[in-house]
Amino acid sequence: MRVVVDLTRCQGYAQCAFLAPEVFRMNGDEALMYDPAPDEAQRTRVLRAAAACPVQALEVDELNDHRTPRDTDAHFLRDGRIVIVGTSLAGLRAAEELRAEGFTGSLTLIGDEPAEPYDRPPLSKQVLGGWVPAEHTALPRPAGLDARWRLGVPASGLDLERKRVHLADGGEVGFDRLLIATGVRARSWPDQAEAALEGVLTLRTRDDAARLQRLLEAGPRRVLVIGAGFTGSEVASICRERDVPVTVAEVGPAPLVGALGGVLGEIMTDLQRAHGVDLRCGITVTRLEGDADGRLARAHLSDGGVVDADVAVVALGGVRNVEWLDESGLAVGGWGVACDAGCRAFDANGLVTDDIFVAGDVARAPYPMFGYQFLALEHWGNAVKQAVCAAHNMISGQAGREPYLAVPEFWSAQFGVNIKSVGVPTFADQVMIAQGSVEARRFAAVYGFRGRVTAAVTIDHAHWIEFYERLIERAAPFPPRFRHVDEPVFAEPVPAEVPDRPLLAHDATVVVTGHDPRRRRARLVTA
Amino acid sequence: MTTFDLVLEHDSRPDPYPLYAELRRTPVSRASDGSYVVSTYGAIVELLHDPRLSSRQETDGDLPPGFIVMDPPEHDRLRALAMRHFGPPHTPDLVDRLQPDLGRIVGDLVDRFPQRGEVDLVEAFAYPFPVTVICRMLGVPEDDEPRFHRWVGALVESLDPARDAGEQTRARDAARAQAAEHLAGLVHERRRSPGTDLLSGMATDGMMTDDELVSTALLLLVAGHETTVNLIANGALTLLRHPDVLERLRAEPELVVGLVEELLRFEPPVHFLPWRSSLDDIEVAGTTIPKGAKVTLVLAAGSRDPAHVTDPDRFDPDRRRLEHLGFGGGVHYCFGAPLARLETQHALLELARRLVEPRLVVDPPPYRPSPVLRGPSALRVTYAGILPNTA
Repeated sequence: MRVVVDLTRCQGYAQCAFLAPEVFRMNGDEALMYDPAPDEAQRTRVLRAAAACPVQALEVDELNDHRTPRDTDAHFLRDGRIVIVGTSLAGLRAAEELRAEGFTGSLTLIGDEPAEPYDRPPLSKQVLGGWVPAEHTALPRPAGLDARWRLGVPASGLDLERKRVHLADGGEVGFDRLLIATGVRARSWPDQAEAALEGVLTLRTRDDAARLQRLLEAGPRRVLVIGAGFTGSEVASICRERDVPVTVAEVGPAPLVGALGGVLGEIMTDLQRAHGVDLRCGITVTRLEGDADGRLARAHLSDGGVVDADVAVVALGGVRNVEWLDESGLAVGGWGVACDAGCRAFDANGLVTDDIFVAGDVARAPYPMFGYQFLALEHWGNAVKQAVCAAHNMISGQAGREPYLAVPEFWSAQFGVNIKSVGVPTFADQVMIAQGSVEARRFAAVYGFRGRVTAAVTIDHAHWIEFYERLIERAAPFPPRFRHVDEPVFAEPVPAEVPDRPLLAHDATVVVTGHDPRRRRARLVTA
Repeated sequence: MTTFDLVLEHDSRPDPYPLYAELRRTPVSRASDGSYVVSTYGAIVELLHDPRLSSRQETDGDLPPGFIVMDPPEHDRLRALAMRHFGPPHTPDLVDRLQPDLGRIVGDLVDRFPQRGEVDLVEAFAYPFPVTVICRMLGVPEDDEPRFHRWVGALVESLDPARDAGEQTRARDAARAQAAEHLAGLVHERRRSPGTDLLSGMATDGMMTDDELVSTALLLLVAGHETTVNLIANGALTLLRHPDVLERLRAEPELVVGLVEELLRFEPPVHFLPWRSSLDDIEVAGTTIPKGAKVTLVLAAGSRDPAHVTDPDRFDPDRRRLEHLGFGGGVHYCFGAPLARLETQHALLELARRLVEPRLVVDPPPYRPSPVLRGPSALRVTYAGILPNTA
């Protein structure tokens, strides 16, 4: 049987871990780990666990929670052709939503990975930890999806005018409406020869996770993790859990600074060091050196240091899978595919399209709550909710379309604590510890921007996070000033130490042609 | 007299739900004692997660209060220390491993029913089952049980908001002191010769003071006595009122899982949380609860909020993705919830399997006085026979 837990909803009530202890485990007080493909013998217990979840975060074998389309063209619902490019979480969820809302036309899913859709968060946790095999991560798939699957065949181009997706094997698939959900891939080590050394790898796919798990199993002398974002930090955490020596090299001043700012970064620094991580910040890895057999032997650092390691995990973030759209005429680039709040893609002119939709990690959409900024969020919950919104809008008319207004949320489990975030912590000028104790590593931090609450991060304090989510939704004043339980020793705002927004990294070169105002057109120039 | 005052009246015990519907028309209302009464699902959930609402209650006497009336961080610390011996992450499979015992105990209890005729399901079944389990789990000898029964009874009656406050406090403190003294003796014994029970675990790990230990043990004992009893009795009553569901349960035992969740929504054992207070002004559902107010969260009204579930006054064991307030929510979510669920599942299945043509003798049955921990004081049932114990 297949299980997936929406850990965005999970608050660590642990009811599942009581009722099906072989399938669900608490790691520390609040972080939940589980086997997504438990043995059939566990079915009764898993069903008990799913029914008991106070926030109904467990999904077993199928998914529900659907709305109905509105203002729909009945003809399109029956005979339309929808193509989804991307068969990970967002693509699958969109397909389910389309069927659940009554779309009975033809549905084709195109994906570059040969495997059926699987869940990625467990890869850097229970899979890497050696508890759950990588192939156990397949996502629950409802019966009756009735889709044509083109797995292992990447899309290579998009012809907007003829409404066709080109495939790498030379084929093409026509559509009436298209959903782009191609996500991101891991950024690889820039030097190809060094990247090819045995023991150097990235972590994004389940093959990656299986490979890294085997390397950890073999008991390496030392693992070098390059980059202390979420993936890098979770890998380091697993290494320590498995008693494998680990060095983390981070260019920034602290782990997770890019996502949580410097104040939380400093707390994570202490946490990593307390767990025996050799954490080195403010440095880069300049060279990976192999031995005579082409195996990684050591890494050279920008401060002149050398780390002897036989495994290096390159955790330098993701690259959005947009190259196949370079010539499409859509507004695409390293920043993703731009779309409106209803997931409709913009073309290169900035005009919204009617039949092309975007969802998941690859989508860059405006967030009214955050100054209408265009944000691309690589979060599990975003992939689910945005895909559902896109699917609904794909089969609804103008009057029935809905905006995507979910407050961004994500989580991570590392070094025995559960981290949850709501809002956008980098959209902040100040932060304060609002509740709990940093020393006890159980607290809530609240972020503010120009006097409004914009985000909150909890460490083993998930029960409180929906309170802070409401403060964000109501644009409550920052700093919040009220009496409450568990007031921290120091509750004053301090600078958020959020790295400068790398706007230039999202640069695009656009040329505009034509003098007649009615004939002017923009065109993206790709490198 | 306000609607909430009517809820407290003993005559309202058999069916408080029309009053709850009336309460929900004003999501935050005032009772005549000035307290704020919150009755809609959304507003209750908000407040359960609002750090401006305190659960703190002072008790007289030397014994510290149980963690149920404490706030974080002390609450979190004590609860986690007790959890070390009861559930994950430190003792993940204790409750699951109890299952064969649960089946055996309910089987034995039904074996002792008269072969035909009549039985009081509260006295012969709903009460002894969870009490046996909590005493064994905690490490309270069976011989001590009648004494604890009396003390716990006095403690629970003191939860009745309709009673005089001074009298309540005196009765409560006297019962607490006697029960605590007895538990302190047991702790002393367990420390000398520890067993595998929770009390031995807490007494020997050196992480709680003696007072904390006694007060935590007392809390678990009271909670284990008084809540599951009502859940099982309410469940039996609900099944007898819905013979079609009872019939289905015989044929599809797996139905019991969703059925118990629906029961927690439809006829929960704890109807409201009477002891919260606001540490600051709180705006909820368009009303501002001022700082320093007494706040009552009417969980049982929230679980029947038509804005939360469709057709809320219908008992429907097939509801999917059901969220309810049967065990509260937030940091004070019921400590023993997993045990209560399994106990009730085992209990209702056993009754469904073994009683032939069970019928209620009186409907509604007589109720216990407490409007908070609401349940029948007796549940007389006739039946045509008892099927053999197949376990």
